[in-house]
Amino acid sequence: MNSLLRIKAIMLKELIQLKRDRMTFGMVIMIPLIQLLLFAFAINTNIRHIPVGVVDYSQTGLSRVLQQTVAATGVVSFTEHYSSDKNAQEALDRGDVRAILIIPKDVSKRLVRHSSVGLGIPSATDEETSRPIAQWLVDASDTTIAASIKSLRNMPLAQLLDKPANRSVPTFAVTLLYNPEQRSVVNIVPGLVAIILTMTMIMFTSAAIVREQERGNMEMLITTPVTSIELMIGKIIPYIFIGAIQVMIILGLGHFLFNVPINGGLGQLAVATFLFICASLVLGLVISTLATNQLQSMQMTVFILLPSILLSGFMFPYEGMPRLAQQIAEALPATHFIRLIRGVVLRDVQVVDMSFDMLWLMIFILVGLAIAAFRFKKTLD
Amino acid sequence: MSELVINATGLTRKFSQVTAVSSLDLQVEKQTIYGFLGPNGCGKTTAIRLLTGLLKPTSGLVNVLGYHLPNEAEKLRREIGYMTQKFSLYDDLTVTENMKFIARIYGLTANEQKQRLAQLTSLYQLNKISSQLAGSLSGGQKQRLALACAVMHKPKLLFLDEPTSAVDPENRREFWEQLFDLCDQGVTILVSTHYMDEAERCHKLAILEQGVKRADGAPDQLMNDMAAHVIEISGDNLRQLKQKLIEQPEVISASQLGAHLRVLVSKQQHDPIALLQGKNIIKKNSEIQLVRPSLEDVFVTCTGENPLKQLDSEFAQ
Repeated sequence: MNSLLRIKAIMLKELIQLKRDRMTFGMVIMIPLIQLLLFAFAINTNIRHIPVGVVDYSQTGLSRVLQQTVAATGVVSFTEHYSSDKNAQEALDRGDVRAILIIPKDVSKRLVRHSSVGLGIPSATDEETSRPIAQWLVDASDTTIAASIKSLRNMPLAQLLDKPANRSVPTFAVTLLYNPEQRSVVNIVPGLVAIILTMTMIMFTSAAIVREQERGNMEMLITTPVTSIELMIGKIIPYIFIGAIQVMIILGLGHFLFNVPINGGLGQLAVATFLFICASLVLGLVISTLATNQLQSMQMTVFILLPSILLSGFMFPYEGMPRLAQQIAEALPATHFIRLIRGVVLRDVQVVDMSFDMLWLMIFILVGLAIAAFRFKKTLD
Repeated sequence: MSELVINATGLTRKFSQVTAVSSLDLQVEKQTIYGFLGPNGCGKTTAIRLLTGLLKPTSGLVNVLGYHLPNEAEKLRREIGYMTQKFSLYDDLTVTENMKFIARIYGLTANEQKQRLAQLTSLYQLNKISSQLAGSLSGGQKQRLALACAVMHKPKLLFLDEPTSAVDPENRREFWEQLFDLCDQGVTILVSTHYMDEAERCHKLAILEQGVKRADGAPDQLMNDMAAHVIEISGDNLRQLKQKLIEQPEVISASQLGAHLRVLVSKQQHDPIALLQGKNIIKKNSEIQLVRPSLEDVFVTCTGENPLKQLDSEFAQ
């Protein structure tokens, strides 16, 4: 009973302090708002209109139609024309363009012999007939851009010759579920919930106890009957509400502004989010007991935040990472939460069906709270 | 002899190489004001932290209010009040909010909170500033707020660590009146200070230097038992005279107080005035007389070499 009163006392104090600290209070709202707008507009893995150059040795109507056909795919736009390979290469070095299309003199001869034109399948050994009609030189340092241009390798050419495109029968039928329009924002917004919560929740609590120490309040607190666990819980609770507000801002705006579907139940969402907020807050508390000033706590927050962004599956697929990186990712609460929230929001999974991730977050909370309470000593030794 | 509230024997605390408190024996009786007198860094704060259970002693036995430390520190916390040297309430909370916070922490019910807050607010004149942020208060106001919070739960024992260091003399006098009121109500108070006049107000006091207790007892008794005569000399060229005097082996110290020179001479000398006059360094027209010792004289006598210098630099701060 008394314990609850003390937790309430700490909580009310924390709320008053938060209310007085206008800047922090503003950031609670502004961080998710601004980040959502920035990320959702800016991040796009579906690349369009890459600036490229062309060296046209052929200078025929055909070569110009070829350029138009390529440009019509929308993948690239021809921004520069060069007279020679050498000039083009220099432009590529300077970074003026990302790739160069070199159209040879005998492009028309190559085209008529090309298999896609439909003059029969050339024998594989016949070099004359199996030659490509033109060449791409690509600045492949950015793999995403290189992949986009590589996708042009097998573009159909039949329409170049006014022929009906011959409908090739694909080997596999591929059905795109959950994000059929392939919009990046659908995948990013739920992930952003994890990243923003990681950032704000860890940051707020990691500074919480350090601040009391820096301002000298701790010396007074430890002479009172407050126990360390009461202090920790009292400090965490206000931020659970703040975390909930932030989640509502991100998912709400994501839904109404960027049309991100919320397919799962709100109850499911609340359970998963609650667990993750608690896990992040507890992590912040652990940092708080390690750091001796607010700068250190801030640095440790960044130390957790960066792998949470890069390894959690928010930016790059978890499956593509080497085993060691996957193991590190497994240790981060953000990885488990990103799986959960994408599951709930996009695929309407029940959280009980993702019990591994749920269980992992619960264990993380309990272990973290124990470590924090153990490390926070009520003496000055 | 009345009930002992604090009983410590051989209390020692080391921080790696430094011994902050060295085999301190301490007996504090109920309903008294006990003072720790000493310069900064003499172990006053460490001693208080040991007695409140905030620090664990390296060796020694401590019993406070019947609780054995450090094992029963948690139980002790409910019955003591502690006012830290630095203001340790929340600067970004108002006076009332700070008091409410402390009241809640000590588990006062809503009714008790209301009564106690009203009582303390009027007692410590916090009415006018009740909605002001604690960070914007003056030194005296902060100190009154800190005292109000320290006695919120009616502790039996109150620890005050240099409570008046940021307070003007008038507020200091007022503050001591309040301490005597508390004492009258049955509270035992342990206060640390480096002001002589404050130390003189205590029922009993201990003089600490470099973690060691040099003397303890009631201020009057300390002055009577002092191991030195106090002689005042007035005349010309006091600075030069002082230099010559402190070169004498019998002279413990000499310091100038305005137009006088205050000289401490070891009590082993039976006639110190004759001794000094016999040295032939004091001019014939100088006035020379034996005077009653002050607490400062006690302090100088029982602490090591040149303690005045230490104190001077400290007061300068």
